[in-house]
Formats: sequence, structure tokens, C-alpha cells
Amino acid sequence: MNDLFSLTLVTGLLNTMMVLATPFLFAALGETFSQNSGVVNLGVDGIMLLSAFFAFYAVLITGSLILGILAAVITGVVMGLMMSVVSITLKAEQGVSGIGLQMFGLGMSSLLFKVLVGTVKTVSGFPTLSIPLLSRIPILGPILFQHSILVYIAFLLVPLSWWILERSTWGLVIKAVGQNPAAADSRGINVDRVRYLCVILGAVLAGLAGASLSISSLNLFQDNLTSGQGFIAVALVYFGGWSPVGVMWGALLFSMANSFQLWMQVLGVPVPASLANMLPYILTVVALTLSGSRRKTPAALNKPFIRGEA
Amino acid sequence: MAEKKNTEGLEIGIRVLVPVAGVVAGLIIGALFLIILHARPLEAYGALLRGAVGSRFGITQTLVKATPLLLVGLGISIAFRASCINIGGEGQMIMGALSATWLALALSGLPHFILIPAVLLGSMVAGGFWGFIPGILKAKFHVNEILSTIMLNSIALQLMNFLLQGPLMDPKGIEAGTYLAQSARLSKNAWLTRLMPPTLLHSGLIIALVMAVIVYVLLWRTTIGYRIRAVGLNPAASSYSGINVPVNQAMALTLAGALAGMAGAVEVLGVQHRLLEGLTSGYGFTGIVAALLGWLHPLGLIPASIFFGGLLVGADTMQRAVQVPSALIGAILGLIVLFVSASGIWTQQLIRRIRSRREQL
Repeated sequence: MNDLFSLTLVTGLLNTMMVLATPFLFAALGETFSQNSGVVNLGVDGIMLLSAFFAFYAVLITGSLILGILAAVITGVVMGLMMSVVSITLKAEQGVSGIGLQMFGLGMSSLLFKVLVGTVKTVSGFPTLSIPLLSRIPILGPILFQHSILVYIAFLLVPLSWWILERSTWGLVIKAVGQNPAAADSRGINVDRVRYLCVILGAVLAGLAGASLSISSLNLFQDNLTSGQGFIAVALVYFGGWSPVGVMWGALLFSMANSFQLWMQVLGVPVPASLANMLPYILTVVALTLSGSRRKTPAALNKPFIRGEA
Repeated sequence: MAEKKNTEGLEIGIRVLVPVAGVVAGLIIGALFLIILHARPLEAYGALLRGAVGSRFGITQTLVKATPLLLVGLGISIAFRASCINIGGEGQMIMGALSATWLALALSGLPHFILIPAVLLGSMVAGGFWGFIPGILKAKFHVNEILSTIMLNSIALQLMNFLLQGPLMDPKGIEAGTYLAQSARLSKNAWLTRLMPPTLLHSGLIIALVMAVIVYVLLWRTTIGYRIRAVGLNPAASSYSGINVPVNQAMALTLAGALAGMAGAVEVLGVQHRLLEGLTSGYGFTGIVAALLGWLHPLGLIPASIFFGGLLVGADTMQRAVQVPSALIGAILGLIVLFVSASGIWTQQLIRRIRSRREQL
């Protein structure tokens, strides 16, 4: 048991935590934009899956990581548009349309994988990029500064998203649309356009979340690669109180639980894997329950905007 | 009077035709995917159709798959009627299947006609409990039921994996050293009756049809059903008139769980005769599609679940005959959900236009 708390182990645990937090950060920060504008996009998991596949396939065929990222971004844009047309223009029930998008992404990625790839193959994804000097700081260096580039980008997105949402005029516009679309509309803000942009931005980030799995951390694709991480990302937005910093704490807490569970399995702690696997999901339910009562929900969340009906 | 009847017929027609149009559009786009993937759409869909209804075996298999879809779909419809989106069909089915397996193994000494109702009741309690959790969390802590039901799906799945690799594992598999993740085979008195041997059609279909009637009566002929529907149609108004909105929503989710739990039991007792991994095979999600296309109504759900049951059976035939992965059907189902959810506003506008024309007459 002494081993469990040795220093290398703790750094390993925390390093893994940062890697595991990356897809959650991309997807949940994206969903934060979407939800602040009033649209719940439950299709995140499907977007992640299809983008993960296309990123993987692009790298498998061309060997170019840039093309892999591009493929993920394009997939995100297209699926974000699908969600927007259905949920914003055609005013569908967002919970239902999001599930449709998720089923589409799950089925489509599995179909394409079976037809185009067939068996599990690996690609060489983004390499570890040690930051000069910083990565040599004892303890902190190996935890924070020895990652692939997507991990750094995901964490840098936190202050950037915070700045956009909390300090910039864009943030004000987005929140106005999510809180009181009728008032925003009367001030000449194009509600639907702002929502389109936020949903598409969110979907692109979900695409990067998928790519971070298939061409940065796991470097492979298989059926249902995300195993529901996209849904957890949506839950993290509620848990984080619709703020990027809150979302980051949620993502870290989550990934901590996850990496702890992985390390327990590696160390052979006698807890059945299936019970340990349950932990993140139980944690999500508990987190949602605890954060459920302190409500800062965007007032127009989940409500399509129809001019003259408010 | 005749005019009024006419427009009412038209309204029903629209409500039926719009989802059908959604299905057709989904299949057409699916055909485009097939062309892109260098498969022949007509050949693939031909194989699908043949598999689903081309033989006695195909038709009975379609009905076998329609059975859990109908049960899950009934539950999802009740939840939807109370404006709760229950994505937890999978998890609730698993809990029902787990409890059914455990009860059937533990009570195997009981005679068939006592054992079956006892096991079905137990599975409804287990599934109902798995629906009650998101219900009570929504009522007391405002937890979004979509998210909690999704999480409970994963928890149930892991619980099943744990039990199948441990306490519930088939002792014969342990003896033989195969360690298959499946339970022991149930004794014959716990099997649902086969209606048309040698096909797999079993009495679960009759149970599901009876449940459809019961759900119809519950929703449209009882106070409980009236309240559930009122909560869904207009929560503010029902609240003013003294209906407890959260309690009724929690009840709707519990009932949804109970029906899905029963679906899990029927799958164990009627088809597999044991619990094994992948037992639910996505019925919880396909049930949502069936419920949406069956206009959240028991009468609509019966044809809708048969249709989607056929789609699932045909997908396997298609995969074998023309090597198109059955995952295509998953993608098409997703598109159908998107189309049907998008068509709501058109349906409403069309109906509004017809109504205003009726008033002019």
C-alpha cells in the first residue's frame, strides 16, 4: 500500500488526469458557449465520435496531423449546422434533436469505421511536446509541461473562454440572447444568428475533443470510442454553473476520479474494474444533485425563440 | 358537421403522415450513404425487406424484436407526456433483466403460473426504482432527467458487468473454465411460452399488447393519467389548479422505468433464457424513436414498434447478404429523430391553418 503514495505515482496520476481532462475541457467549454446562448446541444457525444473518426481516418490515409484536425473541425461545423437548423430555425425540442444527432454520430462513425477501416489500427498522433525549462521543474514539470499540444490548447481555452464570456462585448451579447432573447431582439441583436454561431463553435470544440482522443491520447478509433464522455461534458456545464472556470474544476475533478481508478487497476488494488468504472457516472449524478439547487441557469435555456411569443 | 369530421380526419392524417415522411427521408439519405460507400441501395434495402417480412421466421423475429420496443416505448411515451425526456430505457431494462434473472434462479422451484407473474412484478419494481431515482432527483433537486438517466444507464451497465463476472456468473462456465460473462440458464418453468415453435415468438408479445391497453386506459381514463398529461401540456396551469407537477413527473418517470424493466425481463424469460452481455442491444434508444413516431400514443406505438423491430431484423440480413454494416440503421434512426423533431413546427402550422379554414366555413 505504501507504493500507492510514492512520488512518481502521484505525478503519474496527475499527468494522466490532465490528459483525461482534455476531451472534457474541449467539449464542455464548447457546450458552455452553446448553453449560454440558450441551446442545449445533447449531440456532443455524437459530434465527438464522428469527428474522432474523421480525424483518425485523415491521419491514417495522409499521415498529416494538420489534416486530421481540419477533418475534425469540418465535421464539427457540419454537425453544428445540422443541430442549429433543426433546433434554432425549425425550433425542435432540443433534448430530442440532440439525441437524434448523437444516434446519427454513433451509427455513422461505426458504419464508416467498419467500411473504410475494418480492424482496429493505430496512428502516430501528436507527440509529447515538453516545454523547454518548465518541463524540468521537479514534480510540476512532469505533471504540467509534458503533454501533447492539444492538452495545452484545451487548458489555454479556459482563460480565453472566460475572457470572451465574462469580459468581452461578445459575451454580453451571448448572455443577453440566452437570458432574455426578446429583449436582445428588440435591441437589434439577431438572436438566431448568435445562437447559430455559439452552437457551431461548440460543435467545433466537440470535434476537437473527439480528435484529442483519436489522434492525440489513444491514437486509434473503435466503435463508441467516447463511451458517453460527451454526455458527461454536458453534465459538467451544469455542474460548472455555466462558467468556464467552474467547468474546468469539474473536468479536473472528474478526470482525477478517472485517473485514480485507472491507477488502482494498474496497481492491482482488488476492486473489480466494473465497479471502479461506475465511479465517474455516480460522481456525475452526485455533482448534478449538489449543483442542481444553486441555479444560475440561462433563463431561455432549451427554449426556441419565436418573435412575439415570450 | 360533415365538414368538421373531414378536417379532423385531415388533422389525424397529417399527424400520421409527417412521421412517415421523416422515415422516408431518413431511408433516402441512407441510400445516398450506400451509394457513396459503393453499395447498391436497392439491393441492400431489398435484403432488409426480405429479412424483416420475407419469411415466416422473419415476420416472427420482427415481432420478437417489436416486443421490448413496445414496452420501452410505452414507458417513454408516458414520460414524454409529462414533459420528461427519459433516455434511461437501457439502464431500466438492464435492472429489470438483472432482477428477473436473479428471481427466476432463486425461485426456480415455484410453478410456472406463479413464477412468471412474480418475476415480471419484480422486474417492474427494479426498473421502476431505476426510473424513480431520476424522478425524485428532478423533483427535489432540479436535476436534469436527460443527464441523470444517461448516467444511470452507464451505472446499470457496469453493475450488470460486475454481477455477470462475479456473483451471477454461470457456475458451469466456471467449472468448464470458459468464464463466459453470462448467467446460468433459467429452468424451463421460468420460460415464457413459445407461441409458434420452432420460431422464437413468445408470449411476451401478448404481455406487451396487454400493457399497451393498460397504458391507454391509464393515460386517458384515470385521474393519474389526466394529471400526467396536464403536467406535460401546461405545467403552470396544472400547478395553479392544484396538481403537484414534480410529483407527477417523478411518477411518470417511475412508470416509464417499470415498463422498461418489464421489457428487460421479457427479453430474459422469452428470448435468451439467461442474462448475458449486450442483452438490451440498444432497445432503450430505438424505443425513443418508436415512441416519437407512434405519436406517444399506445395505438401508434404498436405499428411503430413493429416497423422498427422489422428494421432491426432486416439490418442483420442486410449485413449478411450485401455486407453493409447494420450500423447504417443506427445512423438512419438518428436522422429520423432529427427529421421528426424538426417537423413539429410544420405539423403545428399546417394544423393551425386547417383549423382557421374550418372556422371560416
